Amino acid sequence: MTEHEATTPAHSASFHPHITPLKVYILVGATLFLLTGVTVWVAQFHLGTVGNLIVAMTVATIKATLVALFFMHLLYDNKLYLVVFLSALLFLSIFISMTMMDTMRRDDLFRYEEMPAAIGTSLTLEEPTSPEEAAATDKTGSEPAETPANP
Amino acid sequence: MSSKTDSTVVHADRHEEHNPNLAHHFFTMEQQHESLKLGVWLFLVTEILLFGGLFCVYAVYRNWHPDMFIAAHKFLDVKMGAINTLVLIGSSVTMALAIRSLQKNRPDQTVLLLIVTILCAFVFLVIKYFEYSHKIHLGLLPGKFFSNTEVMGSNPQLFFSAYFAMTGLHGLHIIIGMGFLSFLLYQTMNGKYSSEYYSPVEMGGLYWHLVDLIWIYLFPLLYLIG
Repeated sequence: MTEHEATTPAHSASFHPHITPLKVYILVGATLFLLTGVTVWVAQFHLGTVGNLIVAMTVATIKATLVALFFMHLLYDNKLYLVVFLSALLFLSIFISMTMMDTMRRDDLFRYEEMPAAIGTSLTLEEPTSPEEAAATDKTGSEPAETPANP
Repeated sequence: MSSKTDSTVVHADRHEEHNPNLAHHFFTMEQQHESLKLGVWLFLVTEILLFGGLFCVYAVYRNWHPDMFIAAHKFLDVKMGAINTLVLIGSSVTMALAIRSLQKNRPDQTVLLLIVTILCAFVFLVIKYFEYSHKIHLGLLPGKFFSNTEVMGSNPQLFFSAYFAMTGLHGLHIIIGMGFLSFLLYQTMNGKYSSEYYSPVEMGGLYWHLVDLIWIYLFPLLYLIG
């Protein structure tokens, strides 16, 4: 740092970056190694598909947070970079959760077969329980459902 | 005419004092460094969204075929995946230390640390090569190339489509990262960087840590299911 100040010309003299202590890097590295061991070890136990997924993702997120805060300097840097990074995660979570809401619940629509007035005809046609029943729902369901759908 | 001469005077005047690495459209080295870093972060955000698409594919397939995912992931080698995780975390540590050495004005240490980082990346790719050749040998391939009959469950080729797409794109990032790190190594050896100017090394570091960060999620999602 003394050398830095001595040779620095006038207008770059204000540039003093934060230098992370060596101890911090070693500790973070050791924690990351340890957590890798933990996640492999925990995976041997069967906590149910969702349980294992939650544990694995929690450990991965702790590791990712350590990498982002210390190795990528987000803890010490201008918080603008943190906002940029978190905004990406926000939009990624919107993207994935919207997709999952669709693909996970798509089949549930067929439960509304019992309420023909609330739903369009195309759905009852896709999965008819029996030809007569389908024809019945078609007749009763099509007209009231069609009118609100296409005003 | 007079305005032109004025600007040349200012230009020549500035050349007397400023760091040769300071571009003329920035006022200070710090401003230049911060602007570059914001640009790199924006690039990293696009990288997150690029991988995000594949994470979404993974989520949908796993949700549709949960039992097949558990059966198919048993064909991956956890030991190799775990070693690769440790290798990549190790390379992240040496990368962070390489930047620190430049901040401390020790480019000689940076050269060594960058060499270790590149070697770790190479080890990662070698292990990946062994994993891939084993999969190819067993016919555990994406889509229509899938020819294995031992995997239980419905549509096991979907798991291997996700596996090869995610690890393949990640491996491509490792290769590109090795290229950029080699460039940084060459520049450091030629004395281009010091505590005065090390922005490119820090940007290379950010990219390298993101590649590590993505692997931190890929490893449990592919190798450690249920």
